[in-house]
Amino acid sequence: MDLLLSAIDVLARWDVAVALLVGSVGGVLIGAIPGVGPAVAIAILLPATFSMDPIVGLTVLLGIYGSSMYGGAIPAILINTPGTAVNALTTYDGYPMTKRGEARRALALAYTASFCGGIVSVVALIALAPVLARVAPMFGSREIFLAALLGIILVVIAHRGHTLIAAALASFGILLNTVGLEPVKYTRRYTFEQSWLAGGVDLIVVVLGLFALSQAFLLLTGRDENNKLEKISGGLFQGFAEIWRHKRVAGVSSTFGVLMGMIPGVGEFTAQFLSYTYAQRTSRHPEKFGHGSPEGLIASEAANNAVPAAAMVPLLALGIPGEALTAMMLSVFYVHNVVPGPGLFLYKMDFVVALYLSLLILNVLVLAFLLASTNQLIRVVNIPNRFLGVCILTLSFVGVYSLRNSATDCAIAAVFGILGYVLKRLYLPIVPIILGMVLGGIMEVKLRSSMNRVKTPLDFIERPVAFVIFCMIVVVLVLHVRREWREARERKRRG
Amino acid sequence: MQNKNAPTIAEIRTHGQLVFAGLFAGLALFLVLSYPGQTTWLAKTKWAGQPGLWPAVGAGGMLLLALLHMVRLRPMRVRAADWAESRCWLCAFEYALWFLIYVWAVPRIGYIFASLIFVPLLSWRLGYRSVLMLILSAGFAVAVVLLFKGVLDVKIPGGALYDSFPDAIRTFFILNL
Repeated sequence: MDLLLSAIDVLARWDVAVALLVGSVGGVLIGAIPGVGPAVAIAILLPATFSMDPIVGLTVLLGIYGSSMYGGAIPAILINTPGTAVNALTTYDGYPMTKRGEARRALALAYTASFCGGIVSVVALIALAPVLARVAPMFGSREIFLAALLGIILVVIAHRGHTLIAAALASFGILLNTVGLEPVKYTRRYTFEQSWLAGGVDLIVVVLGLFALSQAFLLLTGRDENNKLEKISGGLFQGFAEIWRHKRVAGVSSTFGVLMGMIPGVGEFTAQFLSYTYAQRTSRHPEKFGHGSPEGLIASEAANNAVPAAAMVPLLALGIPGEALTAMMLSVFYVHNVVPGPGLFLYKMDFVVALYLSLLILNVLVLAFLLASTNQLIRVVNIPNRFLGVCILTLSFVGVYSLRNSATDCAIAAVFGILGYVLKRLYLPIVPIILGMVLGGIMEVKLRSSMNRVKTPLDFIERPVAFVIFCMIVVVLVLHVRREWREARERKRRG
Repeated sequence: MQNKNAPTIAEIRTHGQLVFAGLFAGLALFLVLSYPGQTTWLAKTKWAGQPGLWPAVGAGGMLLLALLHMVRLRPMRVRAADWAESRCWLCAFEYALWFLIYVWAVPRIGYIFASLIFVPLLSWRLGYRSVLMLILSAGFAVAVVLLFKGVLDVKIPGGALYDSFPDAIRTFFILNL
């Protein structure tokens, strides 16, 4: 109880209230505009949050992260175009419902399912916080090294069909992190005698290039789309009644979201896939899935909205980001001298609970905003794509230039923007580069410090947690190789 | 389970994959060949503490995995469509250049003037030539400057042009615009 009161005290400030409002409304708007997405918005806003208090800056960014998926459901349901990538599954059942004149019902279900996922996730994490506070100190250097390695492996194998190139891009990220002056022995690495490379390649510059500038280039070189929207008539409150009828699907999907969110590198897509498959298998009408099934819509939205809060677990408890958005947030923590990891749960538990509480309030704010303003909000879908590209390009400048007022940073970001543009055109993954940079740095530091106390390779996994993570790595790799081998055999058989 | 929007295997853009893989492998080869001159392997230091360990993991991993990726793409041949896709990549260079010109202009003519020229001009270039769109572009430029520099106090230096302004307004421009 004391902890809760202390957390409420952290949040009871006018600037946190404004941050919650800006984050929730901004996130919904950004999510509702196809082609922007939370990664672009967070990358742009990241440097602007450096001058804020950690709780304020993180609340804005978490707000955008957590609420964008609510907004992303709107274009997914109304025009068959997901606002954010994770809303893609929502189009399966949301758009068919719109086509048969049930847009209002679909939106109401999406909002309430998302709300359910968000609330279940935050409540579960607040309840889990004391457990995490006990488990987190069991993670020393070698456990964090192994967990980071597991994170990279999971991110790579999550890109089915592209695992080799995803692994190559993660290696590229690891290499990028090493560029510059090495911090222990002060030797130069891949600087090519260039002074501007001596300071290394800034993560935020790379993030802005790969996410924001590349998206701007993609929109600027694309075409405007002409979307026709119909006005939504009637209230959206019926979703609460309907979701109660499907409470099992909503509950299980939210749980999948929480569990998958906590595993680095897995995230929304796996959570949605598992939830959707579960809902379909246990439904009385599995044939309706993909043709406007309310259960399918609930499974998708509840699962994806349960992930953001859960994704903060490995970040806060171990300092290991599970995907690109939490990797970006890691830099905000470091800027404010708040070091995520076991110490955070031991010494700043009120801060952690305050973050979770802010997510709880955020879900309520977002739902209220959506129920009141959907008809006005859907107009943002009609902003011309290429004009959005101009906007993102202009905003990207703020993000990159405000870091160090360096034109060189802007040129580096432009180069990564072009790389990101090519990767996006080829449907190749960007996230492994970012996670390679972040987790590569963590692995280098942790391996160095842990090897001082290790005499034989077996000593590395003598502690129980290290052994368990090592076994998980082996199991994940064996399962992946087995699947690849089976698929190759199947391809060969089919000629 | 099929997503109607995300690309299916059949729809995934195959053109350009081999060109990209080749370019990436070329970069990886260059980095591996540069390794001896760009990193240090120290005497009397454990392997885990060697400054050259992680660059080796990165560059070596890039080359090995890029080559394996190319082997996997082996059934493909570089065709005209691949080069057409590669030419599309060059389109992004134009907008990268626009961006860099904007970056160049800000410390010279100031954030507000650079934005007021950049946003409407780029909108004009993209074909948004109605008065409404140009007003919207200019409005967006002003809003961004006011929000980030005026309200959020983001660090963007005043333009050299501001030095020629009368004292009364120079400070205001440097601090807010």
